[in-house]
Amino acid sequence: MADLTSEIDVSANAGQGPSRKMVALVFVILAVVLTALQYMSLLPAALFRLPESMVPPFAIWLDAIFNFVKDDLGLLKLTRWLTEGLQWLLDATGNLLYGKRRWPNLGPIPWTSIAAVAGVIGYYLGGWRMAALAAGTFTWTALIGQWKIAMETMSVLVVAAPLAFVIGITLGIIAWRRPWVDRALKPILSVLQTLPFFTYLLPAVIFFKVGPTAGAVATTIYAIPPMILMTTLGLQKVSPEVVEAGNMSGCTKWQLLRHVYLPSARTEILVGVNQVIMLCLAMVVLTAFIGMPGLGAKLLAMMGSFKLGRSFEIGVTIVLLAVTLDRMSKAWVVKQPQHFEKGTPWWKRHMTLVLAVVLFFFFVLVAKVIPEAQTLGRTQNFSQGKELDNLIKGFLNIEAVKATTYFLRAFLNVQVLIPFRNFLLSIPTPALILLITAFALYLGGRRQGILAAVFFSFVALSGWWDRSVITLYSVISAVSLAAIIGLPLAIVAARTDRWSQRMLLVCDTAQTFPSFVYLIPAIMLFGITDIAVIFSILIFAMVPLVRYTIEGLRTVPLEMTEAADMAGATRMQKLFSVQLPLALPVMAVGFNQAIMFAFFMVIIAAFIGTQDLGQELQRTLAGTDMGKNFVLGICVALMALTFDMTLMKWAEDRKRTLGLG
Amino acid sequence: MNKFTTAICAGVLATMPLAAFAADSSDPIVIPVHNWSSQIVMSNVVGQIFESIGNNVEYVTTDSQAVYESIRLGDVTLEMEVWEGAFGASFRTALEKGGLHDAGDHDAVTREDWWYPMWTKDACPGLPSWEALNDCAAVFATAESGDKGRYLDGPVDWLKHGQERVAALDMDFVVVNAGSAAALWAEIGAAEADKRPVVVFNWTPNFAEAVWPGEFVEFPAWEDGCDKDPAVGPNPDALYDCGNPANGYLKKAAWDGMKDKWPAAYDVLTKISFTNPQIAEMAKLVDIDEMEPEEAAAAWLEANPDVWQGWTGS
Repeated sequence: MADLTSEIDVSANAGQGPSRKMVALVFVILAVVLTALQYMSLLPAALFRLPESMVPPFAIWLDAIFNFVKDDLGLLKLTRWLTEGLQWLLDATGNLLYGKRRWPNLGPIPWTSIAAVAGVIGYYLGGWRMAALAAGTFTWTALIGQWKIAMETMSVLVVAAPLAFVIGITLGIIAWRRPWVDRALKPILSVLQTLPFFTYLLPAVIFFKVGPTAGAVATTIYAIPPMILMTTLGLQKVSPEVVEAGNMSGCTKWQLLRHVYLPSARTEILVGVNQVIMLCLAMVVLTAFIGMPGLGAKLLAMMGSFKLGRSFEIGVTIVLLAVTLDRMSKAWVVKQPQHFEKGTPWWKRHMTLVLAVVLFFFFVLVAKVIPEAQTLGRTQNFSQGKELDNLIKGFLNIEAVKATTYFLRAFLNVQVLIPFRNFLLSIPTPALILLITAFALYLGGRRQGILAAVFFSFVALSGWWDRSVITLYSVISAVSLAAIIGLPLAIVAARTDRWSQRMLLVCDTAQTFPSFVYLIPAIMLFGITDIAVIFSILIFAMVPLVRYTIEGLRTVPLEMTEAADMAGATRMQKLFSVQLPLALPVMAVGFNQAIMFAFFMVIIAAFIGTQDLGQELQRTLAGTDMGKNFVLGICVALMALTFDMTLMKWAEDRKRTLGLG
Repeated sequence: MNKFTTAICAGVLATMPLAAFAADSSDPIVIPVHNWSSQIVMSNVVGQIFESIGNNVEYVTTDSQAVYESIRLGDVTLEMEVWEGAFGASFRTALEKGGLHDAGDHDAVTREDWWYPMWTKDACPGLPSWEALNDCAAVFATAESGDKGRYLDGPVDWLKHGQERVAALDMDFVVVNAGSAAALWAEIGAAEADKRPVVVFNWTPNFAEAVWPGEFVEFPAWEDGCDKDPAVGPNPDALYDCGNPANGYLKKAAWDGMKDKWPAAYDVLTKISFTNPQIAEMAKLVDIDEMEPEEAAAAWLEANPDVWQGWTGS
């Protein structure tokens, strides 16, 4: 059995020849030599770090370009004009959802009406369970006293998500029709997807005014890329027979798109919608940094006044909203359009709509009579903030917890993490670039190697090398620790259906829980140290690792495991020689996602106190340093992209050699 | 709340002639709120005062440093809390660029410096003197700092020069920078459970004084030029060898266009002045009594009519 993996290894590399491996090895040796020279202090300083004087002033150039585009080309005037329109839309939704005093002056809609309508939609999409989840979420929000802030968030979400959908699907269709657009868009989208969100925020404020408008714009832009990708993907997969049928029935171009292509690509498009909604929700919370009111702003204020319990409750609301929207949009993906016999009365065909409208107005009327059905005030809700506070503080004060965290601080932090960081910082810049290039070359290929070298050279040229290395250090440490903890967990959970399900639910929750709620407990456990930073990244990075490992192990073809059983393999042999090697390509995708998540979270972790790029990025938010903000963002994006393309290429190659697709 | 609505109506009716005469624009006055309670409540208090004289008001949540740029552009109309220490630099930069101006000081004074919660005194009885603090530096040691004490400074971008002061006064302390105010509170909160001694960066007026009673460390008193001239202060060769000023200003700032667009409201703004106890009271309503900011503001206005009615001239 053990031979299976080694054979695959040989065949995987047979095609590319030994040269790639050799070159990678030479690079590593070169890097070691350079580092050794540095340790013997024989290396000239200019080779250790790029001298200040050689750093091109990218930030100043970019600022000049921005200013030219903004003022001289009049882009600011255009965006400010767009802002007016957006403001009008946001005012309207704001009025309906939380009673902002603007046109159409009808709102706020009573919470009971919204909960009832959500319930009906839930029932239509996924039966009673979904109905309970949807109505329950909104009821919880009202009862816990967060209705108004939740609606402030929703008022932006209901504008940003459709906007992202429309822009995304349009660009997706164009990219599908015109291959050159597709080629031009792909790299831009990759960068957009790895760019830290702080980099979206500042331009949004400058061009679209501080407040909800900037929040809506940043959210929209953040959510567009997956919509474009899924649309293009879906349209490309439409089978030629269907198109042929469309052509034969004499469709015009537009009809072909509207009635043949789009319906056939329905599943992919709806998956894109799901992604849009989830990204919007994630981003809309983070836009609190640029003055978006709502759940995120409240969360920041609560954390600023050290109210753990109530920030936790807001976290729960966000998770519930996210899970509800996620499940509902996924149910929509699965649900096939209903068809009725000719002559079915209108109300029967639109039963759900009728029911929703009736319930909506019923509760509007109820709210006129019973004020509690309209709004719940602060005094009538069931917030348990204080009690939760004490619970959390009590937990942190248990002797065993304190002893563990002290041990972790004294051992992991002082003995492992800090030396590792110092080691990374002690490697000369060219040596580290060589090492990364070797890594990309070995796992990915020539193209990946060259791009890795170019990307990291740019990071070196940007003048933010040390901070980039510290960012990299946090990411590597967190992902390694996440793998050490997460992989065994996932392997154990993957053995039964029930535990897989439970574990995946935990993953969903951990992923949608607003990441900055983790920060405070992390600090209270570990103080303001590297380990607190890495702990908070770790929780987030573990999610995809666990998820994809479970998925990978559970999709191993049954014939393979049966063959192993028949060959008399023990459980361990089966795991290590059959299941894990076959699951590895899927696990690599999870690993890649973990790294992407870690790059995302490391920027937020600047709130604990780090010396990395995140801290500098956070600092730029307070000013108007658009150039610097962009350079920093690009540094993060380039590092993340290097890992992304290398690991994805490897996973693809591996899949091909294993014959899995 | 109902009672207050009535009060507003009464206020509006009472001042109708005045409002009509002054002809303030009906566009909303945009008031920024940040992420600390006293500022949020104070902004709501001022907002409700403006509403009581017939203005429309809107609140936006903004970053406390970026807000000055927004005021300059007129996106935001005013700022109620300009701290000398924390925002002085951003405020002055915006002032030089033009578009906003100083709308007068509050009575309140601000102070920012090294601070410790009261329980720390048990472990280091000589406090608040800085020499005593230095003598018991070992009490403040953490797993990472070795035998030296650990001082938790504010975020690097607040530019508090903790590092420089430790060097200038030759103290046995390691300076660690927190990433945010929330991180500072988390550290104090974690220390509270077992009364572990800590020394951190803190400021007044602040909600933290109500939650954790404490004192500032007394450094050599601030003298003008301490940050520019090495000769000033006890160490003749170093900058930053004295404490921060113990009575920094707390200002209001206004957009230049406010005066013409909302003359009546502007007139009120220049008269407004809060004291330290009043600010602490506002923060307490939210942080300890768990009120929502709007409710807290309404409650405060109801409880202190003699304070604010003088400003509106009613």
